[in-house]
Amino acid sequence: MAARLIRQNSRVSFPRRAVLRDSLSVAIPVGSYGAAFGAAAVAGGFSVAQACALSLLLFSGASQFAVVGVMTGGGSALSAIATGALLGIRNGLYGMRMAPILNLRGLKRALGAQITIDESTGVAISQENRGEDAMRYGFFATGIGIFFFWNLFTLIGALSADSIGDPSSWGLDAAVPAAFLGLVWPRLVDKKSRIAALLAVIIALSLTPFVGAGFPIIATVLIAIALGWSTK
Amino acid sequence: MSQLWIAVLGASALCFILKLLGYSLPESFFSNPRLQRINALIPVVLLSALVASQTLTKDSQVIVDHRIAGVLVAAVALRFKAPFPLMMLLAALVSALLYRSNSI
Repeated sequence: MAARLIRQNSRVSFPRRAVLRDSLSVAIPVGSYGAAFGAAAVAGGFSVAQACALSLLLFSGASQFAVVGVMTGGGSALSAIATGALLGIRNGLYGMRMAPILNLRGLKRALGAQITIDESTGVAISQENRGEDAMRYGFFATGIGIFFFWNLFTLIGALSADSIGDPSSWGLDAAVPAAFLGLVWPRLVDKKSRIAALLAVIIALSLTPFVGAGFPIIATVLIAIALGWSTK
Repeated sequence: MSQLWIAVLGASALCFILKLLGYSLPESFFSNPRLQRINALIPVVLLSALVASQTLTKDSQVIVDHRIAGVLVAAVALRFKAPFPLMMLLAALVSALLYRSNSI
């Protein structure tokens, strides 16, 4: 399907091989990290089927880890859904950016939307100087590539975690916060973001003993609103 | 339906709707700079809060245990621009060693 979607959109020539290389150099490592997600989900009490369902249906790393993190921490399904959805807003914004370039309708729009994530959008935008055909090719090659590898490795990770016993003795309980740290790290580029991160840590920990699990995480959105509101 | 399935399917449905909405709304819909600044900070606060709660809490209590060592090692790895999988592997390794040796 990837080939067909790409071919029908191709009019001008572009260095296909170079774009494909860029796409796969992102898709393969990111996809393989699905093993960590699958293992973390199962270690946190999700079934193999539930871990795979998240990778197939939700397909957005940060939101998936958030759902697992909130539920594992004892939060309610509602907190998990809210946290996952708040982290999913940016995918909608990527869609706004990609819509005029991809120009998708009907079922293709639904399929394109599902693979609209950090990496597919990132690779597409990085091909801007090669033209819109290269951007489309990069988007689909990266998105479909990650979808394939991410789901494959989720299954592998989930099945292996099912058989290892105590997740702590394999460090899985530290790998999950490390994953969150790796996801937030590149965003801490300016002073405001660092202040927001520090306040979020303080507020989340201070609220923990007093309110239900999951709530301290969602409550930190107020920090984003307060800091984002002012222009300073 | 179990709480886990509700969380899985509910979050998946909402996240898909958000993705699809992006293709259906004009780009100008989100041009307000205040909204953009807030939105840029949302992942920062949520992910930071998740780092803190996954590292330092257990059963609604703030506790320090083997996990913090793994996460600190991850921070050092990220500081030195280590690739993502290596960073996670180091975090898991250090935390697991401490957990097994029961030294914290």
